Amino acid sequence: MGKKGLTFLIIGILLGLCGYFFFFKSSIKTTEDENLIHITCGMVGLEYKTCQEGVALWEKKTGKKAKVIPAPNGSNERLTLFQQHLAAGSDNIDIYQVDVVWPGLLVKHLEDLKNYIPSETLREYFPQLIENNTVSGALVAMPWFVQVGFLYYRKDLLEKYHRPVPQTWEELEETAKIIQEEESKLGHSIWGYVFQGKAYEGLTCNALEWINSHKNGGTIVEASGHVSLNNPAAVGIVNRISSWIGTITPEGVLNYEQEDCRGVFQSGKAIFMRNWPYAWPLLNSSDSPVAGKIGIMPLPKGGKDGQNTGVLGGWNLSLSKYSKHKKDAADLIQFLTSFEELKRRSQAGGYFPPMEKLYKDKDVLSSNPLMKIMNDVLHHASLRPSRQTRSKYSQVSAAFWNAVHSVLSKKMTAEKSFEGAEKKMNFLSKHGTTWS
Amino acid sequence: MPTLVVLFLVAGWPLLRTLWFSFTDTSLSDLKGGQFVGVDNFFYLFEDSTWRQSFKNTVIFAAISVSLETIFGLIIALVLNAHFKGRGWLRTAVLIPWAIPTIISAKMWGWILHDVYGVLNEILIFCHIIKEPLAWTASPKLAMVSVVLVDVWKTTPFMALLLLAGLQLLPQECFEAARVDGIHPLRVFWRVTLPLLKPAITVAVIFRSLDALRIFDLIYVLTSGSVETVSMSVYARQQLFDFQSVGIGSAAATLLFFIISLATLGFLMTGGLKQDK
Repeated sequence: MGKKGLTFLIIGILLGLCGYFFFFKSSIKTTEDENLIHITCGMVGLEYKTCQEGVALWEKKTGKKAKVIPAPNGSNERLTLFQQHLAAGSDNIDIYQVDVVWPGLLVKHLEDLKNYIPSETLREYFPQLIENNTVSGALVAMPWFVQVGFLYYRKDLLEKYHRPVPQTWEELEETAKIIQEEESKLGHSIWGYVFQGKAYEGLTCNALEWINSHKNGGTIVEASGHVSLNNPAAVGIVNRISSWIGTITPEGVLNYEQEDCRGVFQSGKAIFMRNWPYAWPLLNSSDSPVAGKIGIMPLPKGGKDGQNTGVLGGWNLSLSKYSKHKKDAADLIQFLTSFEELKRRSQAGGYFPPMEKLYKDKDVLSSNPLMKIMNDVLHHASLRPSRQTRSKYSQVSAAFWNAVHSVLSKKMTAEKSFEGAEKKMNFLSKHGTTWS
Repeated sequence: MPTLVVLFLVAGWPLLRTLWFSFTDTSLSDLKGGQFVGVDNFFYLFEDSTWRQSFKNTVIFAAISVSLETIFGLIIALVLNAHFKGRGWLRTAVLIPWAIPTIISAKMWGWILHDVYGVLNEILIFCHIIKEPLAWTASPKLAMVSVVLVDVWKTTPFMALLLLAGLQLLPQECFEAARVDGIHPLRVFWRVTLPLLKPAITVAVIFRSLDALRIFDLIYVLTSGSVETVSMSVYARQQLFDFQSVGIGSAAATLLFFIISLATLGFLMTGGLKQDK
């Protein structure tokens, strides 16, 4: 037994060493290949596949080589990984796929793309995006694809009870209550409205939509840097939504992310849902119980004089300052964000392009029915205050989502909670004067 | 000598670096640009209500979950110590929850505990124990209960295993003598088994407590973000990576290290005293 055990141990160690050298050697090999461009791509749904196809097209066109490196799915995890690479000044990755709220955070490490891409090309993209990605005059990221929060609804149930699609949050509440009551008489348990209520970035998006859909709700921190969170419109709507918890909204939303909401809505347990556009094809897939019974529309207005809005989400491509192949990498970025490639991506993967022209393109419009309503919402999209709060954005966002979360979980009123959050933000920025 | 060098490189260096960072205002975006700020970071932590909450949560979590695990672990160990058919199989089967990686079991429990499509609510409603579905992981009152529940489910087998090992080492003569004298089994348990098993229980409790004080993965997956369940490790990670405050995050990690060291010392001293008696 002893001898046998020893033999196994030795074999094990040898195998381990082989594995180690295999990986070690292969990683050396890739860094040795000096002209290889390294680009990171997300892996959500079709993301990785569409990205690889695009890179392959560029390789074919230019004869150069690039390698796609998969990035973690969670955006917080992704940011952590990227920051570690960038903080170490690593040249292992040339092109980073960055979230719309990161330019302010990462600006120190990113190259100004205006030096590589002509300004007439830039004019074709949505101006808010170019503005969002420009920090202190430097364009640090090229828009790649966008998304906005939408309201999903059960078309069949609205028709059954002769209710119109809700124009305001009040109407949504009323409709949800009526349908919920009637359905429960029939013995069907169904919830009115589900959203992303967990204390994370998703709640910041949801709550900003509630606030900014009101005329004087503001965007937490205004473009000037002034903290505007504690205002009557914001306090009012968040208190209102808090009163929904337990009546038209399950208490569980306090721990829901996107996929939890989709789970509830897709199993037919909710009338309304706030979610990103990614859910649309999944909800309509053949194995979905609600396929064909649902509709999608912009989020309701805050009162009659409010606006239909949706938080702008999306991903950009950035060039690392520490890259050794800036010219080639910039060329790859330009290729991946070009008209033809964006068109191919929106047809192949349903990604919404950041380019006005494509929303009028017949081929694209026919391949993706959401393009039309997306175009309308994009013009009123709410920007998270990442540009003005710069490196403090994640703390501002966390202060905000924690404040909203404590109102939703009924620990305090919005009056009190927003006062505390505003104090914290003012402390972070020396009263909105210096965000750095 | 080479051992010491390797040990220093893999353990000492990161530890010292963390200690150094905890006295600076280093940001994750610029690791070399930190300024020395003395003990400011530690004062920040003591004043931060979230950190105080995380401290409270961690202690409560550790106390309750380790107590429950010890009780259940002891019961299971006693059962498994008895002679019956299929004991080997059962011993292996009991270990399954412990063998599943925490990330996976936390995710799995996240589904089981889901308020709308979770199976636990379904069962409880079917048995008429509750009327309305409960939001296990979301409700401020229940979030900690859920975390403790999952941890007890996961770690009781480990406790049982440690205690079973202790039980099997006990001298059989005492039990035989008790049986010959016809003493009631419960009395045997309180007067013979428990005192003899005490060293094994002490070791197991120390092991688990130190482990429980640095709880991270379960909370991060099951209820991350909620203030009700934030632990000291989760807090440190949030400061380090979500807020880019390497200084404050390192201070939180350093503090956690000292708290665990203190707990170890405390355990060793009280545990040692008892053995001397």
